Amino acid sequence: MADTELPGKVATTFPGKVVETYSLHGNDTVVIRRDDAVEIFRTLRDDPTFAFNMLVDLTAVDFLGREPRFEVVYHLYSLTLNHRLRVKIRVPEDDATVPSVSSLWKSANWLEREVWDMFGIRFTDHPDLRRILMYEEFHGHPLRKDYPVNKRQPLVEERDPITNPWYKK
Amino acid sequence: MAATARQLVGEVLDPTSEVMTLQMGPSHPATHGTIKFNLRLDGEKILACEVEIGYLHRGFEKMCEQRTWNHVVPYTDRLNYASPLINNVAFALAAEKLLELEVPERCQYIRMIMSEISRITDHLTCLGMAATEAGAISVGFYMLEARETLYDLVTAVTGARLTVSYTRVGGITYDLPQGFAGMVKDAFQSIRQILADCDKLLSRNRIFVDRMSGVGVLSQEDAISYGVTGPLLRATGVPYDVRKAQPYLFYDRVEFDVPTGTQGDNYDRFTVRFEEIKQSMRIVEQALGQLPPGPICVDDPRVVLPAKRDVYGSIEGLMNHFKLVIEGVKIPPGEVYVPVEGANGELGFYLVSDGSGRPYRVRVRPPCFFGMAALGEMLKGYLVSDIITTFGMINMIGGECDR
Repeated sequence: MADTELPGKVATTFPGKVVETYSLHGNDTVVIRRDDAVEIFRTLRDDPTFAFNMLVDLTAVDFLGREPRFEVVYHLYSLTLNHRLRVKIRVPEDDATVPSVSSLWKSANWLEREVWDMFGIRFTDHPDLRRILMYEEFHGHPLRKDYPVNKRQPLVEERDPITNPWYKK
Repeated sequence: MAATARQLVGEVLDPTSEVMTLQMGPSHPATHGTIKFNLRLDGEKILACEVEIGYLHRGFEKMCEQRTWNHVVPYTDRLNYASPLINNVAFALAAEKLLELEVPERCQYIRMIMSEISRITDHLTCLGMAATEAGAISVGFYMLEARETLYDLVTAVTGARLTVSYTRVGGITYDLPQGFAGMVKDAFQSIRQILADCDKLLSRNRIFVDRMSGVGVLSQEDAISYGVTGPLLRATGVPYDVRKAQPYLFYDRVEFDVPTGTQGDNYDRFTVRFEEIKQSMRIVEQALGQLPPGPICVDDPRVVLPAKRDVYGSIEGLMNHFKLVIEGVKIPPGEVYVPVEGANGELGFYLVSDGSGRPYRVRVRPPCFFGMAALGEMLKGYLVSDIITTFGMINMIGGECDR
């Protein structure tokens, strides 16, 4: 079942590129740098010792007051080897960008849109990065810790959805 | 904009036609759920379908950060409201994993029984509605009748049909009522009868099979890449079920099969769900047979509310109650991801605690979100009328998809 060696295996596969590894409550975790992200994720997906063919979840956590402020959290699962891995990338507030993995897993497309919508973290090379749960005119990113829970939003102009759609044509 | 169909898909469809843009929704009578499809059509044929979600976004994850751990439980009812008990159980399991808490066996069995009953209600809702939308309205009524017998069971246990709020961190609210096994037996007997009728009405019904078979096909490769789980993935032939792959509760102590399909079309999704109802009933019957006596909550005053006689009879009990209600259960700092098999696929809770009585971050992995992301892919090349059946088989629940 749980492969306790997994974080170590990732660390030896990518020497010097894994910042931190730990296992907590049976969840194996590795922390990587965003510059290596696409390369590492591609190997994790394609290498038969990992075979993470499914990106199960992608989300972020806002640690306001800590530096770097954001953590982007990926949960990977391998259908063939039945193991899971959590990968984290820490992102500072003043440069909140992460390379997109939507070219590796199709599920990343919507998940990254949601993280952009909720946290304001940009995904570079994303094919279609726009809000998904909120509307385009929404001010701010609601799941940031400095977004007040009772904040009101301005009224927006009515828009003709045919001539002026939200999405780019 | 007069782009011809040929320019868009690179093949000759109808040389005289122009591409039409059609907005379907967000409040369309044939889609149960507030959702918008931006369609590009060549006549009746779908060239591209862009799905817009978010109409039911209520800020679930933000709300959870404002409340204590146990206050989150009623919010989870309102995620997938067709199977609220599975959400309750998943959240409780995740919080207990952060606490490294082992709940009593009886509690775990009851959670398993109620999860499976909830899974049946969810599947009956999905199949009944899908059949209704495909024109078989009587099947819809039969299935709702079957669902109602299960809601009677849920009401007898939790006191509510939908907003059950049944679990707490460290246990459940009520034990099963007396004579519950008998009630389940009667209910399952009538459900089996109804399912047999529905099987006769649908499974070889020419109209229904024509509407479902070979429609909305998603390849196995795409399904995996889109992160689709549950009946949608199993319909493509992948036997992935969290209950089997990484068993939680006591799913390793009961016998059940994981039905799979071969084509990945709507008909396979239908039959997979239909078969899963029968498997869930098997699990409930076995679990009721194994159900041990004992407590239903952990015996830990830091987690579980004291008995009422202590609250009103002693100052310690009163203080304990007050601290737990106002400050909440203190969960040590950490993070955890706990997946369970929801009715629509892998339902995961990713919780981050900072050691206070409130969650620092609650993230739900909503299974139907991934199905909706793949919907555009599933519909490409099919007809407008196929949107209804395909969307019905994804079983999008707005509360869960949009949170």
